[in-house]
Order: sequence, then structure tokens, then C-alpha cells
Amino acid sequence: MKHLARLLLATLATATIASTAFAQGAPTPDPRVGLRGGTQAANGAVTPAAEAAWNIRLLSNTMPPAPFMGQTNSDLAFTGKYVIQGNYAGPIVWDISNPAHPVLTKTDLCPASQNDVSVYKHLMIMSNESNSGRLDCGGGGISDTVSAERLRGVRIFDIRDINNPKYVANVQTCRGSHTHTIVTDPKDPDNFYIYISGQAGVRSPNELAGCSNRPLSEDPGSSRFRIEVIKVPVAHPEQAAIVNSARIFNDLAAPPEHGLGADDLLEIEAARRSGAFIATIGSDQIVLPPQFVAPMLDSVVKARNGTGAPTGADSAAFRAYLPTLIAMLVGGGEGPSGPDQCHDITVYPGIGLAGGACGGYGLLLDIKNPANPVRIGAVSDSNFSYWHSATFNNDGTKLLFSDEWGGGGAPKCRASDKPEWGADAIFALENGKLTFKSYYKLPAAQTAFENCVAHNGSLIPIPGRDVMVQAWYQGGISVFDFTDASHPTEIAYFDRGPVDSTRFTMGGSWSVYWYNGVIVSSEIARGLDIFELLPSAHITQNEIDAAKTVRFEQLNVQNQPKFIWPTTFALARAYIDQLERTKGFKASMITTTRADLARAEKLRPAARKRALVALAAHINRDAPGAPEHEKVHKLATIVAALR
Amino acid sequence: MRVARADSARLPWTEADADFMTGMIGHHAQAIVMSRLVATHGASAPVQRLAARIINAQQDEIALMQRWLRDRSQPVPDLSVPQAAMRGMDHAAHMPGMLTPVQLTDLGQARGGEFDRKFLTYMLQHHRGAMVMVDKLFQTPGAGQDEATFKIANDVQADQGTEINRMTIMLLTLPGDRP
Repeated sequence: MKHLARLLLATLATATIASTAFAQGAPTPDPRVGLRGGTQAANGAVTPAAEAAWNIRLLSNTMPPAPFMGQTNSDLAFTGKYVIQGNYAGPIVWDISNPAHPVLTKTDLCPASQNDVSVYKHLMIMSNESNSGRLDCGGGGISDTVSAERLRGVRIFDIRDINNPKYVANVQTCRGSHTHTIVTDPKDPDNFYIYISGQAGVRSPNELAGCSNRPLSEDPGSSRFRIEVIKVPVAHPEQAAIVNSARIFNDLAAPPEHGLGADDLLEIEAARRSGAFIATIGSDQIVLPPQFVAPMLDSVVKARNGTGAPTGADSAAFRAYLPTLIAMLVGGGEGPSGPDQCHDITVYPGIGLAGGACGGYGLLLDIKNPANPVRIGAVSDSNFSYWHSATFNNDGTKLLFSDEWGGGGAPKCRASDKPEWGADAIFALENGKLTFKSYYKLPAAQTAFENCVAHNGSLIPIPGRDVMVQAWYQGGISVFDFTDASHPTEIAYFDRGPVDSTRFTMGGSWSVYWYNGVIVSSEIARGLDIFELLPSAHITQNEIDAAKTVRFEQLNVQNQPKFIWPTTFALARAYIDQLERTKGFKASMITTTRADLARAEKLRPAARKRALVALAAHINRDAPGAPEHEKVHKLATIVAALR
Repeated sequence: MRVARADSARLPWTEADADFMTGMIGHHAQAIVMSRLVATHGASAPVQRLAARIINAQQDEIALMQRWLRDRSQPVPDLSVPQAAMRGMDHAAHMPGMLTPVQLTDLGQARGGEFDRKFLTYMLQHHRGAMVMVDKLFQTPGAGQDEATFKIANDVQADQGTEINRMTIMLLTLPGDRP
């Protein structure tokens, strides 16, 4: 009950923020809580659970054909009018020209996990991590622990004819590929890069030459503590190869793993001469702090049934015992190793940065040279377990990390699960420095039958605001505004009851991304969902219209594109709506600007231009006293540039 | 015989997969027994938080592994009553990293700062054992082909690996002025 009370209080706090920031609050009680579940047959067929939606509408829900039904649907990539949906049985291509009626275009059987997909020009990339994935895309798995038929890494398909994808190449990696990230080089369109993520076990060197599971201290060529960087020549995917194994984790853990400098060694020698206790961990030496040593010495005193200050003999006894103790603490002298892989990396080539979610750390990487990512910052958080993924805001002034606590297969949104566990952590990003601001977690308790934790999402290109849609597995999808990084607020949601009302079953939204005006979700057990955002007190039709003007030929969300809004009347009106909502500009000017804009839109080009320039001047004149004068000036600039 | 759900039974599972699940249930059960001590043994706030997370995470994983076994008509270790939990642990006593009865008693007798230190030390031993179990699973021909087993084993490795790093740092930086 105490947990419930805390959750209720947290929910209440969110609701309070919503009601102060916006005119209209969410429905109460939250209709997502206690939704009726469905059923799932042995062949994967589902009978629907109850649904709850707020400010969003489900346009279509489409199940894959038989061999794919009942297999896990995974990540999404977009190219033109198609969405490619990863599935553990192979990729599924949908034509989503009509989002209310997706049409199945092509499926390819190629069983493996997770079959996460991405696209670049005419190439499709697909990840495989599991031991059961075969080089030839065949079924049946591979039972040998070492096999020449196994593929762990990425496959490359030529999708020039999307009705007939051709499997043209693959690149094997030592730990397989749980996920991957396409990295584009703005200066080099002929090549692209793939960063490989995944923490699965290292392969035997007998299966893939050079793989090594040993600690770095024993083997500088260890396959751990690095990310693989693959370079793919667009015209020659068969030449794709690993060009770098970037050691972005070095010296991250305290104490450092290796490579002490000369000054450090001198310092340690001096400490040793003055009688300090030195621990040797792997190839490292650490001067033990007094707070570590003092209680240890006390235990030695106690062990001989003595009292008072430790004697020289006690010190000597402790010194002799130290190697045994350290070996016990850190296991065979391997040392605290720090993270040795990332779960996922989101790159933002537009600002030359990447966010890596890497085994207990959120990393900030400089990727100006895409072949050689360099760590420039790191954060950790005791409330975060296994960091899953990262999303920048469009300006690159915030970085949101999510924590896939429990690996995605556990129900972490129950009333008893803390709101800061399995959540998002939002950081301000300034001059390469990350500062924690707040947590965001799905604010509706789910049942123990529903796997639920923070998972994949994307920004929605609402101009002037930071809005994201995110998948929470069976917690459904949540749209939230984190413009104010300290107070993220939910503004729309969709949820279904448990896949099965009688037992725990894996399901829910794996990924949900905005693509060219619609929201597309890959439902693990329930197919492909497509949504449209509805206007509300939180988002106006003009803001949605402006978001729809941002269009991409292709989209891989982990290769984050920069939104650039074409200058449209919708864009100007979106800013006016926002200024009205936040009272950032005086009410009379909001009314005047709206009316003048509507009048100007109806005029012939020359007269329209004159009217718009005059209106822009008027707005600029009134800007200085406005609470949000920067946004008002921006509005004026947009109005002046309208045609 | 009950048919396993399609989403988790694409490839055949092996005896080694079932042994891993059964053993890991007992292994997790001991981590939970250890973690429950924090409330009454004067643990510091960070250790209490860590223990709360271990309880939450490993309880859910136990449920997941029990479901896996049940779906395949395998005997399911029942941990709902303390005696059975102890039996489950006995069954898993040969698993790497398991605390011996002497070590468990040693932990149970410690309080305050000494408890923190022992808890972290023993939990490190325990977590490392889980990593060994995962390694062993994947070194067994035919094992880990089943996607559910592969995922559970990798999640154990990833989550406990992260916790090993956190606990090692906690252990080396424990304040010494606690009673």
C-alpha cells in the first residue's frame, strides 16, 4: 500500500504539472489502469484486449502472415512509402501509402534475433545476435557450439527491387549484433558506417578468428570493451568490413582498468614508500583509501581478540592477506571492468554527437570522424540498471536516456515499481556536459501480466517544442513533452490490456516512431499499428500540420535526422498557438496576427508579400515586451519569409 | 501435453536449457534471501537500494523461468513456501557462486558497516557465479538455441554484469566510519 500511495502521489504531481502547464488535463481515473485483457492462441492468433486512447487514434492494426505470426516483431525502418518491420522469422515489408490499410509487400524468411532493421539508400541492414542464426537464413538453428554455418553480426540486403530483396553480404562480429546504428558521414555519401551494439557472449576464436573473451589486462585485443565500426561502400556492399574496434570504454570505471601514466606510477611508488596499502588489480595498482583500510585493520585486531589501535604486526598481517582479499573482491584479479558493450547508440550526425546507452553508463561520443567515435562524457545513475537507448532533442541541448530494466521481458510498471526505475532520464546537454534534470516514466500502472519498461521512441517534429513518442511494451505508447526538461508531461497515449488475460505473455510496442505524418508502432504480438495524432489542448491542429511538413525519404531513428521545417503558414500558426498557450505574447497581438495571416493568405502573390512583410514588422515591434520575445521574433522571421 | 507458446518455442529446447532455468531459479532464490536481510541488519541506504533492486529484478526473473519450465511441462521449483525455497537452494547448492551455510550465517550475523561490506562481497561472489552459469550454458552443444533461453541468459549476464561493476565500486568506496 505504501508503494501504491507513493505512485498515486507521483501521478498526482504529474497531473498538477499538466493542469498548470495546459488548459485540459488527462481523463481521470486513468482508463489505462485495469484494461480488460485478450487471449492468444498457440499459433499466435490474438483476440483483442480492450483499448484506451487519449489524443491519438488507431488508424489500423494489421497482423503478419502465418509464418511470422506468433514470432516477435522487433524494430522498424522506413524507406519511401514502405515500412520494414523486423521479425524473429525475418523482415516484413509493408506499403503504408494508405495508413488505414497497410498492404503486405514482401516477407523473407530469415530466422534470427533480433532482426533489427535499418536502411541506407538501396541497402537494408539486419542484426543478428542469437546463436541460432544461420549464414544462409535457413531455419533449424545450429546446435554445435562452434560452427562455420553460424552468422552473428549483420546481414546486408539489396532492396532496389523491394519485391525481391537480395541477400548480398554479411559481416561477422565477435559478439553478434543485438542492435546496430547506421552512421552517415555528411562529407562522404559514397560510404556509410554501422556501429554494432550488444552484450551477448563472445564467440570462440575457433568460430571467428581473433575473438577473445579475456579481460583487457590479459589481452589488449579482447573483444570486450569495444564497439565494432563497419564501413560499407554503398556501391560495393560485398566489401563491407570492420574498420575499427573503438575502445570507447577505456578508463571509465573507477579504478581505471589499465594504462597508468608515468606520474601515476611515481605517485604509487611514493605512497608505497610511506607505508600505504596498495591493491594490485590486474595490471593496475590502486592506493587504498583510509576508509577502506581502517575497518580492515580493525577486523584484524578483532580477529586476534585484541582491542585498541592496530599494531605493526596487524598491518603486516593485513598486507599479507591483501592479495587474497582483492582476489576475492574482484574475482581472479580481473578487476572491476566497467561496461564492456553498449545496448544501443543513437547518432546525431547533424551535431557530430552520439549518445550511447552502455552497461550502467550513458556515454556522450564525438562522431565527427564516424570511423573513430571518441568518448567525451559519461553519466551514471544509481536508479538506472541497464541503459538501453538515447534520444537527442532537435536542438541538441538535451539528451534522454532510457533504462530497459529487466531486459524488456518483465512487468516493471506495476504500482509497486518505483517511478524512477525502468524510466527515462532527461539530461541537459551544454558544451559537452550532461546535467540530470528529471525522470519520465509511463504514469499509468500496468498489471503483472504485461511486460513494461522504457523502450524505443522518436521525436515528433512539433516546431518549437521537444515532443517524443515512446514505446513501453504492453504499457502501450506514450507521447510526452519535455521542452521543460525538469517537468516532462504526458500529452497523449494509447494502451491495450494484456495480450492474454490469464497469464503473462510477451507483447506490446517494441518501437514507435513518427514517420512523415503518422505514428507507426511494431507490436511484438499484435502486428503493425499505425496512429494519427489528434488535436487537443496540448497540441493544436496547426502544430500537427507543421509537423507533417517535415518529410524524409528514409528514416532510421537511431541515425537521428535534424528536423528543418519548411516555411509554411502552418508553421507560423503553430508558433502563434504556442504563444497563446504559454501566454508568451499579448492576447491582442495573437488575435491580430491570426487575422492578418488569414487575410494575407488569400491575397495574390505581390499583395500577399507586402502584407506579410508589414505583419512581420508589426510583430517585431511588439516583441521586446513579450514574455517569450525570442519565439515572437522567430514568428516574425517566418512570417516575413512566407510566400 | 501442453503446447508451448509459439513466441518462445520456435527451436527445440534441450536438457541443458531446462537445467539452466531450474538451477538459476534456486540461485536467484538465494540472492533474494540475502537481499531481504538488509532491512534488519543496519544496511546503508545505497546497499538497501541495491538490495531492493535485486529483489525486484530476480523475483520477476524467477517468475519468467518458472513459466518457461511450466510451458514445457518440466518440474517447476516452487519457492512460495520457505521450506521449498530452502530445498530449491539446496538443489542449486552446487551452482557456482552459491553461499555456503557458513557464509550465509556469517552474513546473517553482521550488522551495519560490517554487513554492508559482507553483503557486497558475498553478492559479488554470487553474481559472478551466475555469469559462470551463463558461460557454461552457451558452451553446451545445442543449448541457448531457444530464443527465450537466449534472452534470459543474456539479460542475467547484462544486468548482473552491470551490478558487479556497481558493487565493486561501492565496496571499494564504503565509508569506514560506520559502527
